[in-house]
Amino acid sequence: MAYEGGGDRGKAERFRSAALPYLDDVYTLARYLLRNTADAEDAAQECYLRAFRHFETFRGGPIKPWLLAILRNVCRAEYARRGAVAGILDNFDDAEEVADGLWNDAGQSPETETLQRLDSEAMQRMIAKLPNAFREAIVLREINDLSYREIADVTGVPVGTVMSRLARARAMLRAAWIAEEERS
Amino acid sequence: MTCDEAEVMLHALIDDELDAGHARDVEGHAAQCARCASQLAAYRDLRRSLQGGNLRFSAPESLRRSIDRAMPSAAMTSRRTLLKGFAAGSLLSAAAAASVALVIVREDRDKRILGEAISAHLRSLQADHLTDVLSTDQHTVKPWFNGRIDLAPPVVDLTGQGFTLVGGRLDFIDGKPVAAIVYRRRVHVINLFVAQGLGPALPSPRMETIQGFNVRRWSEQGLNLLAISDLNSEELEEFGTKFEQVSLTVRTG
Repeated sequence: MAYEGGGDRGKAERFRSAALPYLDDVYTLARYLLRNTADAEDAAQECYLRAFRHFETFRGGPIKPWLLAILRNVCRAEYARRGAVAGILDNFDDAEEVADGLWNDAGQSPETETLQRLDSEAMQRMIAKLPNAFREAIVLREINDLSYREIADVTGVPVGTVMSRLARARAMLRAAWIAEEERS
Repeated sequence: MTCDEAEVMLHALIDDELDAGHARDVEGHAAQCARCASQLAAYRDLRRSLQGGNLRFSAPESLRRSIDRAMPSAAMTSRRTLLKGFAAGSLLSAAAAASVALVIVREDRDKRILGEAISAHLRSLQADHLTDVLSTDQHTVKPWFNGRIDLAPPVVDLTGQGFTLVGGRLDFIDGKPVAAIVYRRRVHVINLFVAQGLGPALPSPRMETIQGFNVRRWSEQGLNLLAISDLNSEELEEFGTKFEQVSLTVRTG
């Protein structure tokens, strides 16, 4: 028992120093994916528990994408649960269709003038309104600072899809931004 | 390259995901095509705005504590003394390895920063986007950065020293927004990039020549400053020295 305890302790220390520095990244992604503070905290906690349990399977390299992939799986489970409760389909993979109805004019060529400054909350609201697949792509890129390859690994899609989702997400954001400017 | 291709590729260009050849293709297309050029500018602007937007959330302290508590703690002591010797040994070598890796990464990063500074300088000359705020008055340029970037860049008037202030803009180096202050001597543009953590802190100024441009780097007040121009190195050195002098006088009143 003592021996096992020693191993666990070593593992815990290694895990702590490798994974805990990315808690803000994990929590940030959870906030954007789940759009709710309490759920985001639960998801981040669950993510770290799972990550610790499976730390042996982590094969080195940057740990941030590995953690974010686990977090994403936790969030997917939460989405499935919410979907079952609400009787609607709101998962990560149907976003392409959902998007077409909601954002018809997003693909229009944006005007060239410089965007006005918006406060963080207004920007967060706009990001929160993006359909799931586009929201996670843009958050992983712009806020979690992942490369295309890493985003592809985290979300389980080819790099080409990452690229087109980012292009789409930015077109939507810019359209929403300009709409927000016109409102204010 | 067609517009349809460019429309997606330009995002990879903005995200620094293209190799030099493809980057040239996209930039070449944008140079010929007003529509794609305006898209490129628009999305660069969007990216800059998002980067400056403080969009991260901080995990609550309570969450951090409860995650920490859920893991086996180091308070267990049974085999601790026995393991201590080994642990210290491996910690030491890990630290040594980390410092080696750090140096390599830093040098890589340093090269990247210089490369990106040159790209930013070139972009500012080509894309007709030299300044976001156009003013020869330091009291207009300095406050313009308020709220756009989380530092107050030193903007000084060097007209008396033969360098005209042209204006300022927000640019983007090493994934971070940087303040660009633009000066001119005769026909030569000087971009002065100011940011925190833009390369190592330098105890004394460093002058380099890269791809035909002269680059002078120095640090003041915890900020990294990088001046780049096609001006000859003597005059760029003069610019740097004068800037440092005037900036110091302004600070100390």
